[in-house]
Amino acid sequence: MFAMLASHTAPAPEKQETSNTMKTIPRLLSLSVCLVAAGFGPAAFAQLSITGAGASFPYPIYSKWFNEYAKVDPSVRFNYQSIGSGGGQKQILAETVDFGASDGPMSDENLAKAPGKLLHIPTVAGAVVVTYNLPGDLALKLDGKTVADIFLGKISNWNDPAIAKLNPGVTLPDMDIAVVHRSDGSGTSYIFTDYLSKVDEDWAKEVGKNTAVKWPVGLGAKGNEGVSGQVKQTPGAIGYVELIYALQNKLSFAGLKNADGEFVKASPEGVTAALTGAVIPDDFRFSMVDAPGKDAYPISGATWLLVYQKQKDAAKGKKLVEFLKWAMGDGETMAKDLDYAPLPDSLRERVLKRISEIEY
Amino acid sequence: MEEALVAGTSKRVADYMAKPSKFADKAFEWVTFVMAMTVVVLIILVGWQLSSGASGSVRKFGFGFLTSTEWDPVNEQYGALPFIFGTLVSSFLALFIAVPLSIATAIYLTELAPGWIRQPIISLVEMLAAIPSVILGLWGIFVMVPWLLKYPFAWLKNPHHLGWCPLFRGPTYGVSMFAGGAIIAVMILPIITSVSREILISVPNLQREAAYALGATRWEVTRIAVLSYARRGLFGAVILGLGRALGETMAVTMVIGNRPVISASLLSPGYTLASVIANEFAEATTDTYLQALFEIGLVLFAVTIVVNLIARLLLMRFSGESLGRSVQ
Repeated sequence: MFAMLASHTAPAPEKQETSNTMKTIPRLLSLSVCLVAAGFGPAAFAQLSITGAGASFPYPIYSKWFNEYAKVDPSVRFNYQSIGSGGGQKQILAETVDFGASDGPMSDENLAKAPGKLLHIPTVAGAVVVTYNLPGDLALKLDGKTVADIFLGKISNWNDPAIAKLNPGVTLPDMDIAVVHRSDGSGTSYIFTDYLSKVDEDWAKEVGKNTAVKWPVGLGAKGNEGVSGQVKQTPGAIGYVELIYALQNKLSFAGLKNADGEFVKASPEGVTAALTGAVIPDDFRFSMVDAPGKDAYPISGATWLLVYQKQKDAAKGKKLVEFLKWAMGDGETMAKDLDYAPLPDSLRERVLKRISEIEY
Repeated sequence: MEEALVAGTSKRVADYMAKPSKFADKAFEWVTFVMAMTVVVLIILVGWQLSSGASGSVRKFGFGFLTSTEWDPVNEQYGALPFIFGTLVSSFLALFIAVPLSIATAIYLTELAPGWIRQPIISLVEMLAAIPSVILGLWGIFVMVPWLLKYPFAWLKNPHHLGWCPLFRGPTYGVSMFAGGAIIAVMILPIITSVSREILISVPNLQREAAYALGATRWEVTRIAVLSYARRGLFGAVILGLGRALGETMAVTMVIGNRPVISASLLSPGYTLASVIANEFAEATTDTYLQALFEIGLVLFAVTIVVNLIARLLLMRFSGESLGRSVQ
């Protein structure tokens, strides 16, 4: 595990490479390296390395942040390992990393294991879309109950009256529905099942929400690419993928009925609208599926950084807080370019206040 | 004659050598002993680590873990039976496809193929072994599965052909136990072929000449003189392939459908022990969930050992029959 953590470093400017080498080569050689490093300026000596591990969903934006932040503060370097939310929670609980990351809020049971008070810092949010493969370019509209019934196996044909009612004027084919879900545990599945549990009682009772669940019907495919590949190849298939993946691969996806009764197509703006409408408790462990708001897209979820309120290492703690503040400011403006939804201003203010409470 | 020469050589060389050193010999023995023990210790450590990781789950579910078909992370109910079933069925299906292909290839290469065609085929078979499994998996999703669905599955499902047989019933999506077995077959072909070829090459020519002298045809020579002589070694090659098949993960995950059900139909989806670990380990957050996945690893470890033991027993019976004429 340690070897894994150390093996990857975020791309960094040249002088950081030099100081990294310093740690690994024998002591005899370090003198000459020091002399070389001196040529790059004193900053290279004081460089701190802050490590984190966890969720893979926000990995693209986090690595962008760490790269950009290296320009803002060259004296600190961030290493991030996208080993999955489960790994992120485990690592931060074991204090083997300076911060963790997770696509779902930690359970009370896991939080109780933490040696100190662990803060949830929401960073960005994303959406999950329902994608399908039907002959012709049908633009479908669905609601939560119908999606749940399809994934429960109660609706098994595309010409089912429940689907027809939501799509007046659309000729639906007489075709079996083939359900495709993620086989690997993932934050995407968590958000999707969280949504279905919220909008459909039967789903909540029979299946529930988790990164992996006992799917009543359908095939498991690995990753967003597996699900979309399987959907593309199977006429009549339905599946769910991350919005980012759907946008970048130009997949067709359904408009969904939100809590206000409006049909909304997924977009980063729709997710930010959902964040604005969602009720967010003080510990930031919230679910934002089916949030109220005219423009709110219903199947969306946030991702969190996990940080101890009392930082053990003062120098690292200070740098970490500086970075988090930067992320909530300049960092958030980069989200949209990568198709993530930034936090709304009201929530950002609250998060910033929480960040300033971190002690070091 | 040969022995005498070797002895003579060693005598002459010994004249130039320093006095035999007890220390060097001892050191050599110890170094190799330590190396050999490392392997043993590694296996014990793996077993111990898996057992300690799984202990909570073992206590909680007991023997029921092996017989339950429930896999429900939300309600924390875990059972391994569908995964054990999937692992065994997909592996043996793979052997069923790969063994005739590999051994026939090996026979052709050693007994029949003209020289100019032999080396290219050998190289190609070895190149097949070098393809990363994730690439094979992608090929499986985008090429093999649609093809299977269009031709063989459509044919098999036809009630006039084999559609009446429970092995080929039910709705088909392409991804299936059959597809999983087929992709494993592709992955174990090279090792079975290479090992079989080595074994057939090592069959002494005297065997063949004797059979020809008795007026045997080519097929009879191959059957009587070569295959029966080499069968113990060939069986060993198959076991090597089976060992690989049981643990294949990535490519299988991509085409098997990942559904923990036990179905008689080879055309319906399945799941394997290795696949469920690869799929769910990274995002497993609760203790019981992680322990259950560790126990799945332990079960896979045990299945591999049991299958190898059975193979060894079979091998002993074989060698008993052939009275030590084996070539392994």
